[in-house]
Amino acid sequence: MTRRALAPGTPRIAIAIVFGLLAVSPPFVSSFLQALLTQAVIYAILAMSLDVVLGYIGLASLGHAAYLGLGAYSVGILATRHGAGFWVTLTVGVLLATAVAAVFGLVALRATGVYFLMITLALGMVVWGLAHRWVSLTQGDNGISGVPRPDLGLPWSFAHAIPFYYLVFTAFLVAFGVLRGIVRSPFGATLVGIRESESRMRTLGYHVWLHKYIGFIIAGGVGGFAGVLWAYDNGFVSPADLELSTSVEILLMVALGGRGTLLGPALGAGLIVFLKNLVSVYTQRWLLILGAVYIGTIVYAPEGIVGALRQWTKGERAWAGR
Amino acid sequence: MDFWISQLFNGVSYGALLFLLAGGLSLIFGMMRIVNMTHGSYYLLGGYVALTVIWRGGNFVLAVLLGALAIAAVGIGEWNAFLKRLSGQELGQVLTTMGFALIFQDLALLIWGGDPYTIPVPAVLSGAYTVGQLYFPVYRIFIVAVAALVAVVLWLVLERTRIGAMMRATVDDPEMARGVGINVYLISMAVFALGATLAALAGAVAGGFVGVYPGADFEILPYAFVVVIVGGMGSLKGALIGSLMVGLLDNFGKALFPELSYFTLFAPMAAILAVRPTGLFGRA
Amino acid sequence: MGGKVIGSILAALVLVATWGPGAAWAQKGPIKIGFLAPMTGGAAQVGKDMVNGLTMWLEEHGHIIAGRKVEVIVEDTQGQPNVALTKLRKLVESDKVQVLAGGLFAHVGYALAPKVDEYRIPMLYPVMAADDLTQRKPARWVVRTGWTSSQPSHPFGEWVVKTLGYKRVVTIGIDYAFGWEVVGGFQKTFEEAGGQIIQKLWPPLGTTDFAPYLSQVRRDADAVFALMVAASSLRFPRQYADAGLKARLPLLGGGTTFDEFVLPSLGDEAIGGISPLIYSAAIDTPVNRRFVKEYRARYGKVPSYYSESCYTTGQWINDAAKSIGGDVEDREKFLAALRKVEVPDAPRGPVKLDAYGNPIQNIYVRKVEKKDGELWNTVIQTFPAVSQFGKYKPEEFLKQPVYDRNFPPCKYC
Repeated sequence: MTRRALAPGTPRIAIAIVFGLLAVSPPFVSSFLQALLTQAVIYAILAMSLDVVLGYIGLASLGHAAYLGLGAYSVGILATRHGAGFWVTLTVGVLLATAVAAVFGLVALRATGVYFLMITLALGMVVWGLAHRWVSLTQGDNGISGVPRPDLGLPWSFAHAIPFYYLVFTAFLVAFGVLRGIVRSPFGATLVGIRESESRMRTLGYHVWLHKYIGFIIAGGVGGFAGVLWAYDNGFVSPADLELSTSVEILLMVALGGRGTLLGPALGAGLIVFLKNLVSVYTQRWLLILGAVYIGTIVYAPEGIVGALRQWTKGERAWAGR
Repeated sequence: MDFWISQLFNGVSYGALLFLLAGGLSLIFGMMRIVNMTHGSYYLLGGYVALTVIWRGGNFVLAVLLGALAIAAVGIGEWNAFLKRLSGQELGQVLTTMGFALIFQDLALLIWGGDPYTIPVPAVLSGAYTVGQLYFPVYRIFIVAVAALVAVVLWLVLERTRIGAMMRATVDDPEMARGVGINVYLISMAVFALGATLAALAGAVAGGFVGVYPGADFEILPYAFVVVIVGGMGSLKGALIGSLMVGLLDNFGKALFPELSYFTLFAPMAAILAVRPTGLFGRA
Repeated sequence: MGGKVIGSILAALVLVATWGPGAAWAQKGPIKIGFLAPMTGGAAQVGKDMVNGLTMWLEEHGHIIAGRKVEVIVEDTQGQPNVALTKLRKLVESDKVQVLAGGLFAHVGYALAPKVDEYRIPMLYPVMAADDLTQRKPARWVVRTGWTSSQPSHPFGEWVVKTLGYKRVVTIGIDYAFGWEVVGGFQKTFEEAGGQIIQKLWPPLGTTDFAPYLSQVRRDADAVFALMVAASSLRFPRQYADAGLKARLPLLGGGTTFDEFVLPSLGDEAIGGISPLIYSAAIDTPVNRRFVKEYRARYGKVPSYYSESCYTTGQWINDAAKSIGGDVEDREKFLAALRKVEVPDAPRGPVKLDAYGNPIQNIYVRKVEKKDGELWNTVIQTFPAVSQFGKYKPEEFLKQPVYDRNFPPCKYC
């Protein structure tokens, strides 16, 4: 394929095909693949939420797993101990994550660069520490098992893989729609402006801190949303979901896909989920490969896959999501 | 009273171990603004190399030193090949060093297997001194002594020697340092190697105390970060005080509020950061 | 070692591919065993011991069960429940295994059980010991070939009072379900026999420095009962000695505190440690002596209970499959056969299941001793044919809640 052959609309068509496949294919693949797709889509939501902070505000957060954990533990605790239904856990999970992000944002956004990274790491560890040690609430390292699949009063049961996949996929579309709306709004444009030059935006009269703060909170809330789905998918919540390495992995997903593009991070999430699960089928040395992917991403695709594709096609304006 | 004295001693000695680990991380942070997720791996590999030296018939001191030096080489390699190009790119640093951490983790499993080991310590360092009802394990005192020695040597080097002055200048303003003819490249590499060496030293010393085993790298890493965050990056004094604080908070937290033990560790830290985002002794 | 496993799986695959449908056993294809174990991360060594145990049994029997070729597919759980769940799906859906086995950590066991029941494929649990899986929350398709966490503790607690004469004991247990159950079982029978638990300490999983806990240990005790796992078993005895406790308070423990897989790494400070378990490499029977010798010849180390249990699991699958003429595709029949298996001559001694699906087996009280420069868990007392309920009636026993941090309550603290 030559470069000229790529019409400006090509990426749009490619995206449409991928979405179409995601919508249509699951009933026709093995249920192992269905399970992986479900995981990939949930992680895609999480990666998109982090992209708001990393891609649009331009701050690398090392504590994003905390929001996944807050959402997941809301489900774990409420659904198993209080028999709460989907809408209750969803509301609590998202609100809790949003509220915690609102508090963390106050602390974290005082800093930028490495300091922001370190502060978010510390805050993430606070949440992990509670999950790990507050045994009477979280059951510590045992985790909480036996989370039932949600019942929405619909005619089909979400205990089955296919309906649950479509629930998650719908959630993904909602999250994507909301986030896309936000980043394409004047608010999103302001965030990008701040990312490019904070001082300029300040001079122009924008309330820089408030914009960042709101973006940070949105990211936390959507992260919690992903956490809720994650808990229902696994039927299980444990402190392992909140570890530092999870936070780094989400960063990798965003960077691999291409920050600041929403769909790029979603793609990155899918790739990493499949990589981890499929490579480990063939070799026990999959950590070496994952490590190489981390390094390779930075060396060969610092702007991520989307960035690399863009350079390749030069069809910059055609790419959706920005 | 006994309780408080022995917990104080425990906290200080654990803090001493953390200082060895975090001192290096703080240097690397402060000088190059590099977020180094591989630091825990240096700690782990230092322990493993020391163990191998002992298996091959080396003595304890030789093992600790060789472990530290071997990892310095690893650090130099990693920095030269990758990290030096990533200055100012936190994301790139985090991901690259995380990649190395995973690779080292897997290589360690491949080379040394998954069995947990302890590094045998010489007889002089085992046992405990008793004072009334109190026990002070000799090895813990040894760790405090090593940490104190390292702190003094580092302080002398940084504050009293020419090379230390060059290092400080590079921390404060790399451009200016380059301008006055300091070889920033060499200095940076030296600092990175020194940081890795300290981590490996910590790993080798800790090997006689908590053991060498897969997973130790990521177990200890958050602690090192916490110390650096609290103390402030690039500050020796910060690392020292941060280590003691974390060691004590960890000990007393676990003893007094077991359910909230990590909370008592991380929450005060977040509070400090809320007031001083650059840590207690950090410079913005 | 990992290469060896992969190698043998590949070899099996090649065999299957080349022999083709012409061979007699291949009319139904091979029996596929899906095996879950942590092959990376902190528990990788335990995973290796597990795989080695099963592999050794299969190699000794030419990879043939009930006249059919056997293929083992090992999947890495990384010791994490969600990974284990994904791998379980893969084994069932993609590989179409007929039987599952393995797994490590009680919480992984709890996470997997509902899924196993959903798939209706028999899964053998050689290691995962969570009490309730064969007590209050039994899983129909789970067949335990290992033990329940509190099983060895029950006879041991009483024995400590009656034989050792200790009346006041401090417990230090790793703070999660396995730790609670081991300590809880010990406390129950220990106190019923007249002993008193005067303090319970719960360091979290992954504790590196036990000093904050050790310096709290009450000195007016007769002994300390410690439950450690994995790497903490390695550092605990030394820190215990360094804190000056070894000289004053004898160290008792749950079986994993003096695991065979850490013994080679422990120093003399571990000598004298007493613990109960379903196995010791030092069991002095011809079957076990042969097993230890063979295992050592193959893998260069002494087998742990993980190895033994997975080795016996190979035998277990074999006996069940044989009794139904190799027809493992009939899952109900296979499950029923698995529940009926009795292995009279396992390296650990005779094993058969109780009505709840947990082995009735010997419990060995072991003491760490040095022989020919190596540490061994010398058996100093054998309790024959102990069930998970000990001396209690199952119905009575099941009325009490599952052991946890606060049950039994600490009356004498």
